[in-house]
Amino acid sequence: MLVLLPLLVPLATALLCALAWTTPRLQRAISAGGAMLLLFCSLALLWQVMTQGVITLTAGNWPLPFGIAFTADHLGTALVLIAALMLSITLLWQESAADPAPVSPALHPLLHGLVAGSAAAFLTADLFNLYVWFEVSLICALGLLVQGGSLRQLDAALKYFVLNLVGTLLLLAAVALLHAATGQLNFTALGEVVSRLDHSIKLPLLGLLMLAFLIKAAAFPFFAWLPVSYHTLPAPVLALFSALLTKIGICALLRTIAGVFFPAPELLFTLLGWIALLSMVTGVLGAAYHWDMRRILAFHTISQIGYILLAIALSSRAGNAAAIFFALHHSMVKAGLFLVAGLIYCQAGHYDLRRIGGLYAAKPGLAVLFLMLALSLVGIPPLSGFWGKYLIISESFNQGEYLWAGVALFVGFLTLYSMAKIWLEAFWKPHPDRDWRPPTEARTAPAYAGLCMLVLVTLWVGLVPERLLLFVSDAAATLQGGVP
Amino acid sequence: MIWAVALALGTVIAAGTYLLLSRDLLRCLIGLVLFGNGINLLLFTSGRLTSSLPPIIDAGDTVLAATANPLPQALVLTAIVISFALMCFSLVLALQIIQLAGSDDVARLRASEPPSPDGIKPALEEPS
Repeated sequence: MLVLLPLLVPLATALLCALAWTTPRLQRAISAGGAMLLLFCSLALLWQVMTQGVITLTAGNWPLPFGIAFTADHLGTALVLIAALMLSITLLWQESAADPAPVSPALHPLLHGLVAGSAAAFLTADLFNLYVWFEVSLICALGLLVQGGSLRQLDAALKYFVLNLVGTLLLLAAVALLHAATGQLNFTALGEVVSRLDHSIKLPLLGLLMLAFLIKAAAFPFFAWLPVSYHTLPAPVLALFSALLTKIGICALLRTIAGVFFPAPELLFTLLGWIALLSMVTGVLGAAYHWDMRRILAFHTISQIGYILLAIALSSRAGNAAAIFFALHHSMVKAGLFLVAGLIYCQAGHYDLRRIGGLYAAKPGLAVLFLMLALSLVGIPPLSGFWGKYLIISESFNQGEYLWAGVALFVGFLTLYSMAKIWLEAFWKPHPDRDWRPPTEARTAPAYAGLCMLVLVTLWVGLVPERLLLFVSDAAATLQGGVP
Repeated sequence: MIWAVALALGTVIAAGTYLLLSRDLLRCLIGLVLFGNGINLLLFTSGRLTSSLPPIIDAGDTVLAATANPLPQALVLTAIVISFALMCFSLVLALQIIQLAGSDDVARLRASEPPSPDGIKPALEEPS
């Protein structure tokens, strides 16, 4: 039962919030209560998975492989915990004046719906069920994108919608073809039957599946939906999006291609490696071009997705562990950076770096928080990003992929460049408007509290990485894929 | 029979893809709907085209006779409901965009990506 709570709690909360449509105060109270309960449930689930191992629940007591199964393994539970944490921070942030989402009766139901869809996609062990949860999170994300109602936001929502829907339809096609070829939908059962299939059938089927997940994960060259839509969102919703949406694709990729379908055709992993390299490079170059902080960070997301895909492409157990570590690290650090951008917007009045400045003198505390997250993203020890990159690059060297490791290191320098750009422009240089003073009465305490939580987590992971390193190696072992 | 269905499926998906590449926003969405319905049909046929008998176990029997495969039918029903809901949403979205932008040309729809003034530097963001 505990396995299903991370999706039942947000679904019930979304429903109750929708029923309390007319009373915003009641809605906020229900929403906060639901988020707390979700956080508690996901902590309990994580504790149980860490002490007792993987838990599987099959709906209606049907025997496997007929029943629809939910499996709480290390990867899924950790991502669910991050989703719950990010939801709490988002709701906390809503109480501040730092670019909160516009108040609307649909906001809270959609936020909880998005978390429910993502959490279920992290936990499901059934391919068709995965498609359904993809669609649930897609429709909730669309609802959040159109909240403002301006042409800019609607245009972003349209592009997000078309590109993501093509992705989910390709997933549905892959589900149909896999079901036609094997008669199974359960991940474990599929894995067994697919390994006996002929190579000439296996390659196109798994290739189509991988393509669908790569669109969801915003990899090169399918990433267009991400930089076109992220910058139209208010800061707290943006942080939640960046922590969840691309991770759905990554989690599904780890579960299937790198997990139960192992050994998938070698060609797929080679292809994935090159896609990863191109994602890393195009993402970081796009970030170098832009001046809007949200666009810079959105392009960095593509580059960081490249790192995760590179680790998956190494197709070893250590590579999968590195990918999981990096995905967990990236969810929190990138969300934190988007939140810093929201605070910078609140203090300096703009997201465009050319219109702001002088924040180091005015807000040294914010500068320190930004610096920690930015250096973690670049991969400077002793922050969490260092361990993520270290795992990926050392595993590339171990496998003799010197080119891949070299590109990963080079992209790290370019990441440093755009983080330095934000630092120099927003914090170091004087504000272009001489009469500018940071607003004194803006309510930012809840925003700082949420941000500090994320910074503390990245510091903790960076300084004491042993626990998480052990955890991700357990997680990679339970995926059943990768050369040990 | 299976070849006729395969040909029809391919035609629907090809027509959908063709319309999806159109510059007209509504055509583009109709293409998306066709594409989705083609894939729904693919899902439906994944259980093979066998009998048209309903999958009901007669009184006294314990196993199914030669009937249609019920699982793909259940799956495709879910997929149809989802694609119908998304189609409704997308049509409302498209109408709102056409009204606000005054154009249904997808290539001119660049509200979320303002063109750069000199082709090199990104446009300076307007204060929102």
